[in-house]
Amino acid sequence: MNRSRRSFLKSTGLGFLAFGLPPSFLVRAAGAEQSARGKSLVIVFQRGGMDGLNVVIPFKDQAYYALRPTIAVKEPASGEERAIDLDGYFALHPALAPLKAIYDKRQLAIVQAAGSPDNSRSHFDSQDYMELGTPGVKSTPEGWLNRYLSENHIANSPFRGVAVSPQMPRTLAGTAPALSMSSIEEFRLRNPAMAAGLEKLYMDSADPLFRQGGKSLFEAMARLRAIESKIPPSTAAYSAGRFGNGLKQIARLIKADVGLEVAFTEIEGWDTHVAEGGATGQLANRLKELGEGLAAFYQDLGDRMNDVVLVTMSEFGRTARENGNRGTDHGHANVMFVLGGGVRGGKVYGRWPGLAPEVLYEGRDLDLTTDYRAVCGEVLARHLRQRDLNKIFPGFRAAGSVGLIA
Amino acid sequence: MSTSLTAEQKSIHFLNRTSFGVTRDTVQRVNRIGISAYLDEQLEPEKISDQSVEEKVSALKTIRLNSGELFELYPPPKVARERGMAADMTTAPRMIIYELQQARLLRAVQSQRQLNELMVDFWNNHFNIFAAKGADRWLTTSYDRDTIRPHALGKFRDLLLATAKSPAMLFYLDNWLSVSPTARMPANARRRGLNENYGRELMELHTMGVDGGYTQRDVREVARCFTGWTLLRPRGDAEFHFEPRLHDSGEKIVLGRRITAGGMEDGLQVIDLLARHPSTAKFIATKMARRFIADDPPRAIVERAADTFRSSDGDMRTMLRTIIDSPEFFSPEFYRAKVKKPLEFAASALRITGADVRVTPQLIRYLGRMGEPLFLAQPPTGYPDLASSWISPDMLLTRMNFAADLVTNRLEGARVAPEALRDSQALIRLVAPDSLSPASRRVLADIDEKEAPAMLLAAPEFQRR
Repeated sequence: MNRSRRSFLKSTGLGFLAFGLPPSFLVRAAGAEQSARGKSLVIVFQRGGMDGLNVVIPFKDQAYYALRPTIAVKEPASGEERAIDLDGYFALHPALAPLKAIYDKRQLAIVQAAGSPDNSRSHFDSQDYMELGTPGVKSTPEGWLNRYLSENHIANSPFRGVAVSPQMPRTLAGTAPALSMSSIEEFRLRNPAMAAGLEKLYMDSADPLFRQGGKSLFEAMARLRAIESKIPPSTAAYSAGRFGNGLKQIARLIKADVGLEVAFTEIEGWDTHVAEGGATGQLANRLKELGEGLAAFYQDLGDRMNDVVLVTMSEFGRTARENGNRGTDHGHANVMFVLGGGVRGGKVYGRWPGLAPEVLYEGRDLDLTTDYRAVCGEVLARHLRQRDLNKIFPGFRAAGSVGLIA
Repeated sequence: MSTSLTAEQKSIHFLNRTSFGVTRDTVQRVNRIGISAYLDEQLEPEKISDQSVEEKVSALKTIRLNSGELFELYPPPKVARERGMAADMTTAPRMIIYELQQARLLRAVQSQRQLNELMVDFWNNHFNIFAAKGADRWLTTSYDRDTIRPHALGKFRDLLLATAKSPAMLFYLDNWLSVSPTARMPANARRRGLNENYGRELMELHTMGVDGGYTQRDVREVARCFTGWTLLRPRGDAEFHFEPRLHDSGEKIVLGRRITAGGMEDGLQVIDLLARHPSTAKFIATKMARRFIADDPPRAIVERAADTFRSSDGDMRTMLRTIIDSPEFFSPEFYRAKVKKPLEFAASALRITGADVRVTPQLIRYLGRMGEPLFLAQPPTGYPDLASSWISPDMLLTRMNFAADLVTNRLEGARVAPEALRDSQALIRLVAPDSLSPASRRVLADIDEKEAPAMLLAAPEFQRR
């Protein structure tokens, strides 16, 4: 089947070594400045399969309340625990209230019935497909964010592609240099007394592999230390936990003008098979963390949001009908958020396929009308000026423009 | 570099390649009885007592349990709630994986049967499954214990068949869902026709290799042969089962060979065909030479190992002897040619410092951050065995921090006795009997004696084996 799997092996986690850094990018401030006010794309992956139908609620679709007798969110009206009206047909889950103001400022767009077209309902296969950018094909050697980095050699910043996550996600893994970290603060030697010696040990090593690896590491650390103190402390109230921290770290890198082009972070806990809850409960708690995190990110970046587009995605949606455990099982289409200064927001995009039994996908799930690659492709093309989308999403052609970005 | 290794280099090189790293004791023993006798011992692990580490391992509750018991005691959250069990980390399914990780690390550090452990690790990776994929959370314990371990130094064909029939692999590569396209299935069945996943990986990753000379048509035909190889009770007392009603009974042609046995025999014939195929001999020989010699092993040794594979009917002991007895094995060209993968690095650091190990989440997290969360390689390829995969900046940084934490006893779960580090010259000789590089010598001469052990473990020399 492919030659490429081996090159994937060669390259996973390879980091900077593939292309090598110029010997002293630290002194090349000019080069870094070029991308200083550059554009960034931020991907938020919601692992576990978010129940999009309870996030952007089709309260005017007759079938919605019939399918979900115990977990449906009530239609917008005055009073407690009501969905928040968006356009007279869809409404936002009340736990996402912090996002409503951004939607009203037309900087948050929503795409309903979107996602990956593959019919796998396995978390791992579906996440892989989505991250590789080739639904149905597992052998793709690198993730689509990494392909973007390979296609564009804009700046030599070690921070062109950064994941704030426990490990390098597949979507950023590949031949192009990328970095994963848990935080700027933790990307340092735990024993600073060793720094000078270790740097010497690596820089002077006769072992070219480690000399090069060490050089990349020490340069990245030096760069982070140099910017650390210059980033104004954030006043935004990020949600506590790994997700809020991830967004906060990404915002700091953006503010520090380190040449960040694509960033990735993730939020877990969406696999709500049991006791999902409605306006409150399990899903609502996850949404609260999500909404607060995104709103804080938006506030934190302020005007810089003009240079940023953030896209959320999850491997699949969930069954239209609630199950016997007041939860939902693995389904198909989902909802995506697109957030940014240049986004044509304040609108719910995507053709709504409906929830009547005869139009459900495989008789059980929300059908998919917008491929996530159409959404991401549009952001890549219009925000990051990627010309040939076939290089990023091979074999995919969007049916037409979604119209998300001016 | 000199034309041949010194005796001291040879001992240390041999141990670095056939174990998870040198210890003072193992070096002394190799020096006393000789490399050849030491290898003989290691190739008969059943004769080596391993009581002390096995006592530690048996304190881990899940390691001896079967899949049904594991599902009972560590049910998925949904089942736990239905039974009214309190939400409790200690009975969550992830506890099973955590204990597997602990056992793997404990044995890598402390087992006396080092070569056997190393081959268990090698085969687990070759026949990789992802322990967090669905039902595999309850199936991986048995996979490691009952499928891989008994055959780690046995015949390749037996191991291949064991994996083909293992619930963990049937689940991971979806073969349990693969049914004859003509089988009558209820409309809402999860199973829908042929699933090629296992058929493809069986040839690409388990036997012939991607350039082994099979076609997409062969993938499909192999998948047809394995229809009906399924499992009972994936979430419970899982068990291999051949279901004739799901089997495609039509004629198949695999690699030009007509498969007409019918029933479960079709799959067995494919196993035999693939286990004895010349491409498989070459593919396995290459992977083993890559593990024991170099990322890009010389062709001569691959050919010799492939010949051995064929003449010994895929006997792993014989294969190991061929590789280790080859002149290339001790060639200066390949001295320290391999970069340690994270498990090898962490285990070797714990071994060389004689650390008293009690595996903790912090230790396991370190391995994840270095890029090798144990039992959690998601793709069927497993982890790569190539230097370039392990030295990204964050991975290197994590290794440095691990070394610093370990020697200062800030690594929760590992205690290093101060006297183990007192003689830094002795430690240096274990890492580099040939003496360190001039750069490393200069740095170590300049720094505080206290920092020397951490520096040594973080140095490029110790990242290699």
